Amino acid sequence: MSLAEAIARHVHDGQRVALEGFTHLIPFAAGHEIIRQRRRGLHLIRMTPDIIYDQMIGMGCATRLTFSWGGNPGVGSLHRLRDAIERGWPAPLSTDERTHAEMGVAYQAGASGLPCGLTRHFAATDLDRTRAGAAAELTCPFSGETLRAVPALNPDVTILHAQQVDREGNVLIRGILGAAREAALAARSVLVTVEEQVERLAAPANACVLPQWLIATVSVVPGGAHPSYAAGCYQRDNRFYLEWDAIARERERFEHWMHEHVLASADHAQLLRRLGVAQ
Amino acid sequence: MSAGYSAYEMMTVTAARQLRDGSVCFVGIGLPSAACNLARSTHAPGLVLIYESGTVGTRPEVLPLSIGDGELAETATCVVPLPEVFAHYLQRGRVDVGFLSAAQIDRFGNLNSTVIGAYAQPKVRLPGAGGAPDIATFAREVLLIMKQSPRTFVERLDFLSSCGYLGGGGERRRRGFPGRGPRAVITDFGILRPRDDSQELELAAVYPGVTAAAARAACGWPLAVAADFAQLPPPEVADLRVLRELHARTDAAHARPVRIQLPPANHS
Repeated sequence: MSLAEAIARHVHDGQRVALEGFTHLIPFAAGHEIIRQRRRGLHLIRMTPDIIYDQMIGMGCATRLTFSWGGNPGVGSLHRLRDAIERGWPAPLSTDERTHAEMGVAYQAGASGLPCGLTRHFAATDLDRTRAGAAAELTCPFSGETLRAVPALNPDVTILHAQQVDREGNVLIRGILGAAREAALAARSVLVTVEEQVERLAAPANACVLPQWLIATVSVVPGGAHPSYAAGCYQRDNRFYLEWDAIARERERFEHWMHEHVLASADHAQLLRRLGVAQ
Repeated sequence: MSAGYSAYEMMTVTAARQLRDGSVCFVGIGLPSAACNLARSTHAPGLVLIYESGTVGTRPEVLPLSIGDGELAETATCVVPLPEVFAHYLQRGRVDVGFLSAAQIDRFGNLNSTVIGAYAQPKVRLPGAGGAPDIATFAREVLLIMKQSPRTFVERLDFLSSCGYLGGGGERRRRGFPGRGPRAVITDFGILRPRDDSQELELAAVYPGVTAAAARAACGWPLAVAADFAQLPPPEVADLRVLRELHARTDAAHARPVRIQLPPANHS
């Protein structure tokens, strides 16, 4: 199925949507298609919002964000994310903020059918104080230890990018996984974009393979993780991450850039050519 | 600062020297990552580096821009899912040192990485704490590296993101934290360490050409000077050379354009 059709069919206004992939395999092509199809009111979930959520938030797709670290890695702020939280532009954005470990156990809980995830707990931080109802202390019935509980994450849709799909539709993810597998297993429906289709996956027994019957649709989108990367296919475009800081700093330049690049391109291949990354 | 090296270099070399060979270190991105990789390339070849992307025992040749650059995975002993690195490695107590930075620190080594101003209506929304609250809790000890100014070394944090010694005087220990807390704060003036009794950070050492008065003026609380206060020697020439080579390789790698090979277009 084409990516445009997959997004049209499976991603709807107001849903909880997680595009996962920790720095690696971030599904940029899918995020751009959500922007092109003008989805609104999304509750975006992602450990590290990264440039893709900066773009989706700046283009007005989201009203809520669940996250644990919202910067441009190694560069600084995500200016569109900041503008939405600090000044409500283009729309107010409410947040559900957690630590990395808490996001990890929340996805694991969601993937396991449990209502909450647990971490050990010793003292309340201001994050605990700002999120009454979204984190709570719990006493272990066996040891009497105090634990911190955070609600499970169960996205309506989780979207991943991966290296390969085989003829049956099984998907192989190689390299840094982040919480991709847990986010997929926690979701009601899973969309995947991949670099290529192959006859058979050359996957060792313990590789990260998502079986075909867990996945709603797979779309072949080469370069679909750019400007993040796909191990074994292409490297992270660190130059683009550095340049994004200036592009996203002011509202007008950001909107102009998005129109000239993402909206002016019919699909991801066109965008990559426009950016000079592909021939 | 005297000629021959920059304040950044002095700071990074000093930070690297705090790491012991053979220890297991959970690395934050930026200044901590540079210091950890300098240490691994000089006096601590057996240092085990873990990045929160799940790369365990990684030996990058160039500094990663992000915590999940491909270089980290390609040179790692193993790559584990992120929930596992936090639960099985960090929370389970398998990390000796957490190496962090933050936007604000107070006299007890508590950290703010979240907001300046009120949380609901922030003046500046910072990126957030990510894994820092977890690392600051569970690593056996913590090293911090931050540039010092009255705006970053503050009397009172705008927001408590990660716990240091809390109110001091043994509070952290009484609450049963598994990790001991910050062992040292490396700044662009020198090194701050906690007092044994109160855990208040005090000035333990300064770099060549830096005075205690200058360091105290760049701190938002009345910074005490340690009884065993010392002047640090200039950085070793060999350390500087390794650090500069590391940065030269990194700059060259980051400037390399990315090319993606698309299959031949099958439509206009």
